Amino acid sequence: MRVALMVTCINDALYPGTGQAVVTLLRRLGVDVEFPASQTCCAQPMVNTGYLDEAVPVVRNFVDAFAGYDAVVTPSGSCAGCVRHQHSIVARRSGDAALATAVAETSPKVYELSEFLVDVLGVTDVGAYYPHTVTYHPTCHSLRMLGVGERPRRLLEKVRGITLLELEGADQCCGFGGTFAVKNADTSVAMGADKARQVRDTGAEVLVAGDNSCLTHIGGLLSREQSGVRSVHLAEILASTEGAVLGVTR
Amino acid sequence: MTGTFVGMPKFPVAAHEALGNAQLRHNLAHATGTIRAKRQRLVDEVNENSDWEELRLSGAGVKESALRDLGNQLELLEASLTANGATVHWARDAAEANAIVASIAKSHDVDEVVKVKSMLTQEIGLNEALEAEGIAAWETDLAELIVQLGDDLPSHILVPAIHRNRAEIREIFLAKMGAVGRPAPDDLTDEPAVLAAAARAHLREKFLRAKVGVSGANFAVAETGTLVVVESEGNGRMCLTLPEVLISVVGIEKVVSTWDGLDPMLRLLPRSSTGERMNPYTSTWSGVTPGDGPQEVHVVLLDNGRTNALADEVGRQALRCIRCSACLNVCPVYERTGGHAYGSVYPGPIGAILNPLLKGPGSDDQVDSLPYASSLCGACFEVCPVLIDIPSVLVDLRAQVVDAHRGGVPSVEELAFKGAAVALSDSRKLGLGERFTGIGLRVARRFGASKWTSARDLPPAPRESFRAWWKRTDGGRK
Repeated sequence: MRVALMVTCINDALYPGTGQAVVTLLRRLGVDVEFPASQTCCAQPMVNTGYLDEAVPVVRNFVDAFAGYDAVVTPSGSCAGCVRHQHSIVARRSGDAALATAVAETSPKVYELSEFLVDVLGVTDVGAYYPHTVTYHPTCHSLRMLGVGERPRRLLEKVRGITLLELEGADQCCGFGGTFAVKNADTSVAMGADKARQVRDTGAEVLVAGDNSCLTHIGGLLSREQSGVRSVHLAEILASTEGAVLGVTR
Repeated sequence: MTGTFVGMPKFPVAAHEALGNAQLRHNLAHATGTIRAKRQRLVDEVNENSDWEELRLSGAGVKESALRDLGNQLELLEASLTANGATVHWARDAAEANAIVASIAKSHDVDEVVKVKSMLTQEIGLNEALEAEGIAAWETDLAELIVQLGDDLPSHILVPAIHRNRAEIREIFLAKMGAVGRPAPDDLTDEPAVLAAAARAHLREKFLRAKVGVSGANFAVAETGTLVVVESEGNGRMCLTLPEVLISVVGIEKVVSTWDGLDPMLRLLPRSSTGERMNPYTSTWSGVTPGDGPQEVHVVLLDNGRTNALADEVGRQALRCIRCSACLNVCPVYERTGGHAYGSVYPGPIGAILNPLLKGPGSDDQVDSLPYASSLCGACFEVCPVLIDIPSVLVDLRAQVVDAHRGGVPSVEELAFKGAAVALSDSRKLGLGERFTGIGLRVARRFGASKWTSARDLPPAPRESFRAWWKRTDGGRK
């Protein structure tokens, strides 16, 4: 099975540690993951802001970069959601039948990390060790666009040393929403402030989620409040072992 | 009497003001949280013995099949209504509908009408139009009465005074009731039962006096020529049965083909809206019944942008909406900003798609701001009883808004996305390796770092990008 890592533009630029954690984790599970260097972005910022023409060349680049792989793994529910549910919209807009065919070929092979682990590899115990109190925020697109359900929680429950704390109102949006975060900054911050309060109320040391975009938003609020709560991507917790606990310094 | 939404600012501006109102935030969080929990309990209850998803599919199917055959269904409805003794009028827009209602009222020489709660008559500004003709339109739904007496605007489809608490309502009743009818008693308290009793006494004399009633309809059954009003208080039943003349203004999307089609709708609507198994009052009437109820029945079938919406391939599903407001109650944006920020009688997620669909994207900056008033979290789609995929319609409308503004002087945003499209269409153009580092931060700054950093810290830029690390270490092998 040829497996590609779709690292996402945000992780590439801002959170290389998350990409490295996916590589570490998948190798530990016996998957020799490749990184197609021509990848850039899933085009979600364009699509969700209404710039469909601008999304066309980005989607074209995406299908070229990931052609021929059996599975594409990404540490982002949101980006996986865009590929699976929106690339076909962009292809239709382009009027290019070849692009539509390529999208139909590639899109279904894209998995969010927890889906890949649970559904494709069939594992929930990934051999991780993480000696911290953690609360999990299920991000909207992983929850409602992809339907990952309890998969991330099942993976976290098998992590040795971890203490999972319930997050009140967990399924409510944190308010990031891509360009919503700046176009409607006041509303975005009001939503995020409530989420940050709920995170603090758990008393957890660490907030975990499957999307660094949401974590950038909630984490940015938690950091501004000097709450002392760290936000860590799911991949980094799952990649952690007794030898190397990740996401400690973020 | 009631205020108007005309001239409302764009959503982000209106939201900024609403977010600063702590009382509003508290009222909304409490009210929407309560209704959400009630609805969820009933959905769980349905799932014990049958399947809520099947019911949603069935409800969506009833509306969808009627909409796909709308021309024929409307002609059938007209024929059935006419055969039942009703007079059918057709109106293209708000002005035509308002003129029809006013002329019927005037032909009976009245200076007042009593009204059943109706979203459509608010959409077209009927009260204001009648007022201009010297006819007072009395709202008889308790919450609409509060809004009307307070010279206020509705902020929720189902609970239009959701932004008011009982202390505010007491003040409004004491100050305003006397000027338009029976005053509130001097010893009025803010106990809900006492407030309701004052409204009841105030409204009773209006019900008994009015010669003309005005309503909308939740559903219109083509096969039988039956209109249906679903309500909680019984004021609707009063308006529909006591006056001599009844005028119903009905959106053309309200049609369902058959009586049986009401079955899933009447199960979905109360559970989704008030969180009840069944609403207290469901009134149905099929034209005129000799010796019983209004003896002159008019039905105004109104388009007002609905055929535009029907022509929109992605957006047409919004016409399935049964105005339950479940999407408002779960929306994290609505919960924070309230309904007024949407600048329309249709607030919340459904308003964010319905207003642009009815009015046309690109026609108005305020309307164009609505599809962006969402984080696309998808909670609305999850609860919609007729399966309207609101997030997908929002995204499609955003594209329509952008397309409507193409061709002029490009905005900063448009230039940024054009630049991003070039950079992101080829990794080599990103300069590969290290130069990719921090592009996210640069993009963030271009979109207004201050809008981000006014309340949120930015993450520190890493030493090297992932791709630089992969290249330097051969994917961590070196």
